[in-house]
Amino acid sequence: MGNKLNLDQTKIDGARQAAGKIADQLHTWINDYTTTTIERAVARLLGVDGVDRFGVPLPNVLVDKLHQAGLLDRGFAPWLARTILDTGKTVQEIADAAGKGELDVQGISDFPDAQWIEVADQMAMAAASRICSRRDERTRLMDQAMPMKKPLLYVIVATGNIYEDAVQAKAAALQGADVIAVIRHTGQSLLDYVPFGPTTEGYGGTYATQENFRIVREALDQAGTQSGRYIQLVNYCSGLCMPEIAAMGACERLDMMLNDSMYGVLFRDINMRRTFIDQHFSRMINAYAGIVINTGEDNYLTTSDAFDKGYTVLASQFINEQLALRSGLPEEQIGLGHAFEIDPKMEDGLLMEIAQAQLSREIFPRSPLKYMPPTKHVTGDIFHTYLVNGMFNLTSILTGQEIQLLGMLTEASHTPYLQDRYLSIANARYIFNNARHIGKELIFREEGRIQERAQQILNQACAMLLEIEKIGLEESLARGMFADIKRSHDGGKGKEGVVARHSAYYNPFPAIFLCGFVPKEGRAIECKLI
Amino acid sequence: MQIDLTRIKAYGDTMDDGAMQLSFTLPVPPGEEAREAARQMALQMGLDTPSVVEMADLGVGFSFFVVYGKCRHYVDYTAIKIPKRQLHVMTFKEINSAIKEHLGRKVTVVAACTGSDAHTVGIDAIVNMKGYAGEYGLERYPEIDAYNLGSQVPNAELLTKAVACHADAVLVSQVVTQRNIHLENLTELVELAEAEGIRDKMIFICGGPRISHELAIELGFDAGFGSGTLPNHVASFIVNELIRRQKAGPE
Repeated sequence: MGNKLNLDQTKIDGARQAAGKIADQLHTWINDYTTTTIERAVARLLGVDGVDRFGVPLPNVLVDKLHQAGLLDRGFAPWLARTILDTGKTVQEIADAAGKGELDVQGISDFPDAQWIEVADQMAMAAASRICSRRDERTRLMDQAMPMKKPLLYVIVATGNIYEDAVQAKAAALQGADVIAVIRHTGQSLLDYVPFGPTTEGYGGTYATQENFRIVREALDQAGTQSGRYIQLVNYCSGLCMPEIAAMGACERLDMMLNDSMYGVLFRDINMRRTFIDQHFSRMINAYAGIVINTGEDNYLTTSDAFDKGYTVLASQFINEQLALRSGLPEEQIGLGHAFEIDPKMEDGLLMEIAQAQLSREIFPRSPLKYMPPTKHVTGDIFHTYLVNGMFNLTSILTGQEIQLLGMLTEASHTPYLQDRYLSIANARYIFNNARHIGKELIFREEGRIQERAQQILNQACAMLLEIEKIGLEESLARGMFADIKRSHDGGKGKEGVVARHSAYYNPFPAIFLCGFVPKEGRAIECKLI
Repeated sequence: MQIDLTRIKAYGDTMDDGAMQLSFTLPVPPGEEAREAARQMALQMGLDTPSVVEMADLGVGFSFFVVYGKCRHYVDYTAIKIPKRQLHVMTFKEINSAIKEHLGRKVTVVAACTGSDAHTVGIDAIVNMKGYAGEYGLERYPEIDAYNLGSQVPNAELLTKAVACHADAVLVSQVVTQRNIHLENLTELVELAEAEGIRDKMIFICGGPRISHELAIELGFDAGFGSGTLPNHVASFIVNELIRRQKAGPE
């Protein structure tokens, strides 16, 4: 895509360096803690599943018991490994016993470290190997399928009923969508557990459960076989259970996850410490599973003005990138987000959108950029919205975006009807095809409006990042520097689930995930916990 | 041209031609039978000489139609009566001075997005300091104490807070309207307030993209605000209503 904006590379390098330092500051303490949901994710990866007779998920039952007994600071894996050695039971038998209240978590005998670590590591390797096989399966299916044209057409389904979602998802795939997101029930982000089994009731979306993931995956694989394509599945790795949802997604071969480092803090008022600790482990899982994450910068523009605060999007993209890299995600799996949200009444607004989109493209050349459609300034005038969505699609093809969340003409009115999705796909296909190589043909006038705007945003983002580097990311969130929302250091939900690690804490997964280690029988873990 | 307001019809390009456009999906694959089904659907809806101008395959056995027709129905415009909010919209300055002058104390407002709804866009636009479209939010008003409780607030919690800080007005935002969840939430709030005996002690206002003043009144609120509402609209209503109630004396 070259340098069409005449950007100063030293500024880009400076911004990236500042973002790196901001991420490093968080990493001075992130590894001193664990959280209840991280340990539940470990439990899930190690094979704990199901619910007790009250419907409480067994990962919660076990982790809560350890937490109450003051044992969680050592981690779930050591306890499970010792219990297996002590009782000779399987993971599921142990979980079921705990669910029935027949297990005293404190009454487990101790074993030499080397002995239980070997058990824990073996189980973790087996789990990693299962994730690898899902990843290999994806690679194989993608290789067999028709090559995908970018931008990928991304649509959402949101019926609240997983079986209805599966029908709609399949229909959307057959209509030409490449990527389908099942929108989540609005309340789930604040649940400190992941619901179990298939669900048919949800408002604004459907609960993310492992069974629901499986149902839609199956439907999309069928649609893929029918159309000779590979259809990607997306869900939400956000809220109070980020790592657990990552673990579920890794097992059910999701392809993308909405997974932002700050979204929970800003838009769901989740405790910042909890969020930063959770996002790190969840992203390690996503990295290892080959899942492309989508970051949530577009959300800033729903509360802040897209023109005035365009630079906050760029600054956040830098920070999200640096944090993601530290969790082992390669650039190709970091789908940085941004949005087409400038007021359509603005003179030259389209030029400003092009500048911002091209800027993201040039600064993050390997990122599969996720571009979000207009939502804030669209009304019930579906005809106008359809036209604005066309401008959004044109900007995308011109600037080389990769994941295009299609705008719906009924955005301001209701969740999409079957026909709305059809019309949005028709709109995108027409423009993407009709203007396929426009980006290669058009250059921007030197010192023209587009170049000037892009350079301005870069300068503002640099200044913001230097400021954040000075005060720290937490303080910048407290001051409302993103999305005009202020969050206090110790406020927010979920902080009671943050646990300082004991010196004997052990979690076998980071070493496997962060080293990108592909487990083969008989090979030892080569790099130790970071 | 004289228009008979007791019998108005849809207009395309000739008075009383009844022209209408509509689009819909039928759960059958496209074909001549599907086209005829769409035509008959339009006829039954009261559209004469319906013309199916577009039929498209939505896959999985569904077809999409664009249909034009001449609607035979008419409406008596003169017989329509809509309850309207008597709203004298004041500016930021006028509101603050009206509070000082007529009430002589600060006005307390408690706001939240209730139920499972996590969309705070609406309530933030009205309450947060920054406001919306250049109009300051209620938090910025020196004469108003505004508390924004955020999203996913249970109705009971909202009322507890309202009682604790002697709120003059309670603002509720509902954005998610899937399967009319907002109606359940809003009705529950009013019922709870009545059970607590505080319904008449405070002004209850709801807002959201699918909420009209008429709907709000029907649900038992004092006022409802839809899309395009600015913070000063809401503040004007609250202050005018408080002044009116003060004049009317204790109930």
